[in-house]
Order: sequence, then structure tokens, then C-alpha cells
Amino acid sequence: MIPAEIRPPGPVVIDIENITKDYVMGEETVHALRGVSLQIRRNEYLAIMGPSGSGKSTLMNMLGCLDTPSSGRYQFNGKNVAEMNDDELAAIRNREIGFVFQTFNLLPRSTSLRNVELPLIYAGIDPVTRAERAEQVLIEVGLGDRIHHKPNELSGGQRQRVAIARALVNHPSIILADEPTGNLDSKTGEEIMALFESLYRGGNTVILVTHEHDIAEHARRTIKLRDGVIESDHSEARPRSEAMALS
Amino acid sequence: MLTALGVIIGIVAVTLMGTAIGGIQTGFDKSMAVFGDDVLYVEQWPWRQVDDWWNYRDRKKIKTEYAEPINRMIAATPNTNLVVAVPSSAFFRRVKYADNEVDNILIRGTVSDYIITSTFEFKEGRFFNDTESRDGANVCVVGYDVADALFPSGSPLDKSVQINGQSFKVIGVIARQGTFLGLFSLDAIVVMPLPAFKKYFSAKSDSDILVKVKDKTRLADAKDELTGIMRRVRGLAPEKKDDFSINEQQALKSTLDPIKNSIAIAGLFITGLSLFVGAIGIMNITFVSVKERTKEIGTRKALGARRRTILLQFLIESTALCLVGGLIGLTFAYLMCFGIGAAFPSFPIKFSLGLVLISMLVSVMTGLVSGFAPAWSASRLDPVTALRYE
Repeated sequence: MIPAEIRPPGPVVIDIENITKDYVMGEETVHALRGVSLQIRRNEYLAIMGPSGSGKSTLMNMLGCLDTPSSGRYQFNGKNVAEMNDDELAAIRNREIGFVFQTFNLLPRSTSLRNVELPLIYAGIDPVTRAERAEQVLIEVGLGDRIHHKPNELSGGQRQRVAIARALVNHPSIILADEPTGNLDSKTGEEIMALFESLYRGGNTVILVTHEHDIAEHARRTIKLRDGVIESDHSEARPRSEAMALS
Repeated sequence: MLTALGVIIGIVAVTLMGTAIGGIQTGFDKSMAVFGDDVLYVEQWPWRQVDDWWNYRDRKKIKTEYAEPINRMIAATPNTNLVVAVPSSAFFRRVKYADNEVDNILIRGTVSDYIITSTFEFKEGRFFNDTESRDGANVCVVGYDVADALFPSGSPLDKSVQINGQSFKVIGVIARQGTFLGLFSLDAIVVMPLPAFKKYFSAKSDSDILVKVKDKTRLADAKDELTGIMRRVRGLAPEKKDDFSINEQQALKSTLDPIKNSIAIAGLFITGLSLFVGAIGIMNITFVSVKERTKEIGTRKALGARRRTILLQFLIESTALCLVGGLIGLTFAYLMCFGIGAAFPSFPIKFSLGLVLISMLVSVMTGLVSGFAPAWSASRLDPVTALRYE
């Protein structure tokens, strides 16, 4: 057994305390989250798992600042999210969170470059800088020769790479991926997971939301949800690099 | 793009209506100008609707003889507002030449000074002069329609026309004046010296006096002065009301303006309706566009687009669509005006730069107004629900 590399833990990015979320559906109230507390630090690689109805999607929406909790405290990089207005949430999503969707969600009539530029446009970056940064990130994910292709000219794996580049372009605090390999074949899926691994090793904080064990196993920490609460929260010590593992 | 058709049609309709209205205004002004805006007309009847017509019917007729005393009083008034009074008498008659004849021609007898108060120019020849006027020579000038009908292949000058069996030598042809508001032709006239007219025709004619005003900006003062003079000529006691009317172009305009404006308003309303239909089409298509792009809107919001960013995005899209539709419509309208103008030269049409700008503005406004509701609903979409949309 080779001991895992011990690193000093990074600062807390996400600090959630006892959040709940209720939805009113007709005459019934659905308690999607019933008191979830959790801390996520910088440069963690975690997977959130759970069956349908466990509150996994709701928690993901909370983490992504797409929605606010009904009660409880949620601090993102020290800022109190629960009390933010729409514009402030939009700003956080723009700068701190990089979304990756199962269905890629690229603009079909725009080129890769244009798609990756989108968060920069919303951040108000000038056109010249925008294009440079977008191209740079596309090169980093291995699509330097596809920057002027439209999504329908790309394979599924390539589209997801564009989406990942888009998620990275604003240097966000976390990358939030919802079933990122759900629409890909297993081989391509593995390529994407390899990309996420390299992002993690490069210092990014990666949060996967999935129901597949094979995918969740790539992460270093797995949180399982059931019926709106955290059922388990396991971290694994695993080598951070092959070099370390072999020594 | 098919939905922009609604806006295109709307813009074409509004633009064409605008040109027609512009043309009507121009034609209106041209017709009005026939009555000089610096001439006062002393007549029995006023140029407006009257309810108590019996009071006017019994008025004594205006006599051409009044011109002389009026002119004397004008000459005797220091700082007068008036220039000269011109008598005129007229009736309708048939005019013949050789085998040709025209009916319903206005025969007018007047003096040589008439040229001062009228606005016509000569195509050929000249008006009768002082001598001919005083002596009542058997000469006349004819209007364009008369010359055209009686002398289709040659000049009327020095030839004699017959009116009621009397011969009159043509010494001038008046340049074409057109119609008065399209109602009657101003070119179906013959003008001759007053003494000649009275010798042969006076029994059946109506007379009036035309008075030229010095300064048209002081028309009211001139009118007052003339009223005073006429009252003296008619020998009216101070407590008696005027038994004559003094008419002016402005009064005529005021009567006709409301009619003209009503036509314009009605026209614009109808075409506005077609534009409204077009706008509804744009609103509909934008709503559909928003619905189809629900997931895209959700994604944009997830990437950090604020509500007003989404609002602006869709508003710009609908406005751009309207602008393109408007440009296409404007081009169509221009071509149609060109075609109509070529086929029907007398139809009033006027295409101007102002019209182009207004049409573009209307297009933009249509885009903004019709696109607003769908754009607003797009901006309000909940990102979570939107992202789940299939």
C-alpha cells in the first residue's frame, strides 16, 4: 500500500449549513432537501450520487446558484448566497461556476469559439481579449483545430470538450458537471473523464453529479443523498499522480 | 421570414397611404393657390356652409358697377390696404368654332386689371389690354380645354369663336391650370372684356368684385377696410348687417381643412390596422422563438446572463426583423409609387425623405412594442425549469 499524498486542505469554497428546499406542486409541498450541511474546499474532486427523488438535482441547482434555499445558510467563497438577488446570482454563475451539462447545451448556430466566448461576453470582456482567451482554452482541451466548427460539425466527445472549455474560460472556483458522460459512448466517456482528471490535477475544483458508480469512482470524495439528506460522505486517499504511486 | 411579411405589408400600406396623403396635400395647396392668398372676393354668398340660407338668398346682387366707386374710395384713402377692385361677371355657355363645339364653358367678362388678381399664365398670346378692355372689343382669351377641343390641330390665335351667335377673336391661350380639387376643370373658360360681355350676355350672369390686397399679412385690416367701403357703396345704415360677403382663400381652406384631415386620419387608421396585424405576427413569432429556445435561455442564464441581457437580446432580434421587413416594404412601396405615377400621372403621389424616415421609425417602434412581451417573458424564465425543457 502506498500512502496517498497528504496535502494541506485548501480554503473552503462552499459552506452549506442545514439548507432545506421546498417546492409547492399543486396542493402538495415537496421537501426536496431536508437539512443538508456540507463543506467543499478548493481543489477537491467530488461526486454527488443518489437515486431519483433524493434531492441530488436540487442540491446541484443550489451549488450552481441557479436556485436559492428555502432556509439555511449557504456561503460561496465567504459570500452569503441565500440572500442574493437575481443579478448577483447571475454574476456568481458567470465568474465562479463552470457548468457542464449532459446534453452539452451549445448554441447550435455558433462556432466553438463563439460558444466558448459566451461567458466572457456576459462578463463584459472586450472582443479582442475574448477571442484570445477562448482560443487558448480550446487549445488546452485539445480542440485548437476546431475553433471555427459549428456543433453539428463536431462529434459528441468534441462537443463536450467545447462545453468544458466554455466552463473553464472564466477561471471559475468550481466546475459543476451534471452527468457529463450521459450522452456519450463509454470510450468517449472515458476520454472526458480523463480530461476532468487532468483539470483536477491542474488545481480545479470538480463536482460531478451522477447516478453511475463507474463515473463516480473517478472522484476522490463521494457524497450519497437519499430522501433529501446526506446518507454518506466518503473520501478516498488515492495517489495524486502515477509518479507518486510508483515511488 | 414569412412572418415579417405581415410587417412588410403593413409598412407598404402605411407608406403608400402617406404618399397619397402627401399628394392630396400638394394637390390641395395647388388648387387653393388658384385663389390668390392676397385677393378678397366680394360676393353674394360666403364660402362656407350657412344654416340660414334664406337670409343670403334675398341679398341684393353684387353689381360690376361697384368697382368704380370702390376704386375711387381706395384712391382717396391714405395708407390703404387695398390695391385695386376688379369687377367680374360670368355664366356658362356653349362655345363653337367651325364644326367643333364645347358645352358648359364659363364665360367671364372682366377688365384688363383682372390679370393682377388672377394667377394664370399664358401659353400663347396675351390678355386683353386697357384699350380693348375699355372699348369692349370683341376679343377673348381661352382656357386650355377650350383651345384643345375647338382647335385640335393648330393655334387658336386670331381665329374667332362663337358664343350665343356672337364672334370673338382669340388673342390668347391660358396655360393649363388643372382641376380644382379634382371637382371641376379650371381650363374650361373664356375671358373677354366686360363691356363686350355686358352688351351681349349680362342678363343671365352673376357678378362679383375681386380686390387685390397690398400686404397679405395684413389681410384682416384689408378686409375691414373693404367692408367699410362696401357698406358705403351699398348705403347701409350703421345698425344694419352686411348684405354682402367678403371671401378669402383662408376661409375656404378652413372649411376644407377638416375634410382633408378626416380623410388623412381615416386613411392612416386603416393602414395602421394592417400594421397592427403585422405587429401581432411579429409578437407571435417571437413568442414561438422564445419557446423553442427555452433550453438555450436556461443555458445562457446558467452562464451568467442577467435578465435584462436576455430581454435586450430578444428585443433586438424582433426589432431587427421589423427593420428588415420595413426596408423591404419601403422598397416595394417605392416601386409601386413609381408604377402608379407612370400609369396615372394625375394621381396624387408624393414620396419624400421624411416619409422614409417616418416609415423606418414606425418599423422600429413596431419591433420594440411587439417584441417586448415575449422578450420580457424570456428574461423571466426560471433557469432550472428552462434547462429541463426538452
